[in-house]
Amino acid sequence: MIEPLATDEKVVFERTEVLTDHALHYCPGCTHGIAHRLIAEVIEEMDIQDRTIGVCPVGCSVLAYQYFDVDIQQAAHGRAPAVATGIRRVLPPDRYVFTYQGDGDLASIGMGEILHAANRGEKITVIFLNNAIYGMTGGQMAPTTLPGQKTTTSPFGRDTAQTGHPIRMCEMLNTLVEPVLIARGSLSSPKGINRAKKLIRQAFELQHQGFTFVELLSTCPTGWGITPTDAVKWLDRNMTPFFPLQVFREPGAMPDASHKYAPDLKVRDEA
Amino acid sequence: MNRVVIDKDRCKACEMCVSVCNKELIEISDELNAKGYHPVELHDPEQCTACGLCALVCPEGGIAVYKAKKAG
Ligand code: SF4
Ligand code: SF4
Ligand code: SF4
Repeated sequence: MIEPLATDEKVVFERTEVLTDHALHYCPGCTHGIAHRLIAEVIEEMDIQDRTIGVCPVGCSVLAYQYFDVDIQQAAHGRAPAVATGIRRVLPPDRYVFTYQGDGDLASIGMGEILHAANRGEKITVIFLNNAIYGMTGGQMAPTTLPGQKTTTSPFGRDTAQTGHPIRMCEMLNTLVEPVLIARGSLSSPKGINRAKKLIRQAFELQHQGFTFVELLSTCPTGWGITPTDAVKWLDRNMTPFFPLQVFREPGAMPDASHKYAPDLKVRDEA
Repeated sequence: MNRVVIDKDRCKACEMCVSVCNKELIEISDELNAKGYHPVELHDPEQCTACGLCALVCPEGGIAVYKAKKAG
């Protein structure tokens, strides 16, 4: 595709070689493709392509293994953090292990795996795509669906009296002691995309210190029933107020203070 | 002159690139690509500032942008 670079021009943007040539199967305008590219760019910039192993989920991104030119293992639904744990623990420590998971995978059936992997402080990076809906199966309500949001299984809007409120994964993980990075970004704008890439880079760089988690707010134009360009506005308008774009945990920061955790607390045999 | 190279067979006509180009240089063409979409094309390429925003938001990774080193 790329014509040879003329000597009198410089590259502003080129497709990274860590992405394969496969055409993406995602719907037009779905920001999964942007997330893939950012991860691939980070792998290229850190020069770790031959030391990176990905673990892919079930959901729209079930075919993600086709798109990254790194070693990839496909996991059963929600089990990517458990599979990544195994890979991390058997391979030499200089490897980089990441999972790529959507909200239907991670925040629903995979809730147990993600919480425990985070709590064990597994040295992996989890990239969590949150689009507030089940995409692949036809737009059903997910644990992350917003109050009042219409889906095929909440046709009158999510009724919190019946189904509770959306689960905020970053906030929940931030009660745990072990994670070293917990952050939320957004893929809805050029600015958000640049920031998201920095978060992914930070997560990969910190991975050998402990568990790193980057949530990315992502669009599902098909499931939401709107155009891709309206979807990014919908995301900004509706998702960001409920899922604030924040770095929740960085090296040195303590777990969410509201939980009053005393890190030095130990079992005592005597009074 | 700055150059924007659009991989027409990757394009799914999502118009994300169209929406971020401040110069409004990108539009949907009448062509049909292998997937059956009308790929986007650039008009007035001499107006392009090579800001790279169109490439940054393209979910298909289908745009490359090159900046001319000197004006021209
Ligand atoms: S259903 Fe939604 S999340 Fe899945 S590929 Fe289509 S737009 Fe993307
Ligand atoms: S590089 Fe910038 S100015 Fe040129 S077409 Fe893309 S968005 Fe428009
Ligand atoms: S963003 Fe990419 S896929 Fe979407 S219309 Fe532009 S070139 Fe085509």
